[in-house]
Amino acid sequence: MEVGIVGYGAYVPRHRIKVEEIAKVWGADAPTYKKGLMLREKSVPSPDQDVITMSVEAARHALTRAGIDPQRIGAIYIGSESHPYAVKPSGTIVADAIGASPDLHCADFEFACKAGSEGMFVALSLVKAGEMDYALGIGADTSQGAPGDALEYSAAAGAAAFIMGREKILAVCEHTYSYTTDTPDFWRREYQHYPRHAGRFTGEPAYFQHLLSCARNLMENSGTTPEDFQYAVFHQPNGKFPMRAAKILGFPKEKIEQGWLAPTLGNTYSGSSPMGLSAVLDVARPGDRILMCSYGSGSGSDGFIFRVTEAITEVQKAAPQTREQLENNPIYIDYGTYAKFRGKIRKLEA
Amino acid sequence: MIGSARSWREKPQRYRYQAARCSGCGKVFFPPRVVCDKCRGRSFETQVLAGSGVIETYTVIHIAPSGFTDEAPYAVGVIRLDDGVRITGQIVDCKPEELAVGARVRREFRKVTEDGPSGVIHYGYKFVPES
Ligand SMILES: [Zn+2]
Repeated sequence: MEVGIVGYGAYVPRHRIKVEEIAKVWGADAPTYKKGLMLREKSVPSPDQDVITMSVEAARHALTRAGIDPQRIGAIYIGSESHPYAVKPSGTIVADAIGASPDLHCADFEFACKAGSEGMFVALSLVKAGEMDYALGIGADTSQGAPGDALEYSAAAGAAAFIMGREKILAVCEHTYSYTTDTPDFWRREYQHYPRHAGRFTGEPAYFQHLLSCARNLMENSGTTPEDFQYAVFHQPNGKFPMRAAKILGFPKEKIEQGWLAPTLGNTYSGSSPMGLSAVLDVARPGDRILMCSYGSGSGSDGFIFRVTEAITEVQKAAPQTREQLENNPIYIDYGTYAKFRGKIRKLEA
Repeated sequence: MIGSARSWREKPQRYRYQAARCSGCGKVFFPPRVVCDKCRGRSFETQVLAGSGVIETYTVIHIAPSGFTDEAPYAVGVIRLDDGVRITGQIVDCKPEELAVGARVRREFRKVTEDGPSGVIHYGYKFVPES
């Protein structure tokens, strides 16, 4: 029995801040950061946006494309490292807002940048097991880097939602694979506002070791090679890492570019590779194969192989497309406005 | 500040934009009512309001009530939705001087207010420019 994505949608906030604007505040060299990270600007959520509001918008776009009654959704899993509440699941509010309550299972997931693909993985598995007709997996984040830290240039906001099902599949999931180890490259302790990371340690033993192993093992298990794929989407902590991973694995640039959103979006953490996948689904043709590998610090990587079906062409334009949201009408803000939006200014306690 | 209980009761309107349409005369009420003020009917059907519309009129709030002071200046408008229903809402993601009567807006799900940093967050609808 085939299972896969029956509806998908992304949400990109309209505000942006350029690398130059952040660099000038901290006395950093903007061209060095832009070149080193392959990143020009990043999205910034409005003060009235969070993981819940972006998840609702992305889920509504997914529902529009799926054309199903939200009451038929049997589970909702939102993966994020910036859930608005420490205790009270984001999924409860999102499920109610999209009209999926109360007959459904709900849990919030957390695994640094791969919590979104985890939600997708579990949603897919429950549908595959026949436990429910439809399940919704969402990756969303409004992540923060500490002021002046390298992460401040990339930590961005966005969401992508995927409804998994068995009927009218847009992209059949042919294979999955996950790779997980204990690797302390990036973490945030309870009650701490900003995360910490192990500097250069975040590259080779963390991102590359997990993501490359995930991609290689997934291709080996499924008997595929880069030639079998029209598109590949890798987690994008910056613009540079996914491009380098692609090169090592043997994927040419043109198979990466459509889902490579980081240069103007930044790192949307749990939303990162899921949003890249939604950007690919916006333009993919029937028969195309897509390789997707997430990466979450701590560390782990989830891999998926999707095969796009004939049904995709009818729904690609049915809801706002990912790159259209990214490219149309951005509102650029200065660092002061950004600091106010992100609660970085210490005020009198009311 | 919105009380948690009231905020919770109003979920069908704030989260899902459900209005009540009078079965007798067709008048649409948002928020719903128990008795129709036009035909005195007591039977209603649920109607989900349209997701976009045009700004019919608007005002810019410079002196904001408590809980909204960080957002000032901000716009509040009367929106004529594409199904003909008029509703009031905040218009965000734009500068007040960019607004115009007749401009198209669409609804988005946003945080409306929160009961301080440790309190409940209240969600609902706002409007944003369509393009
Ligand atoms: Zn009536």
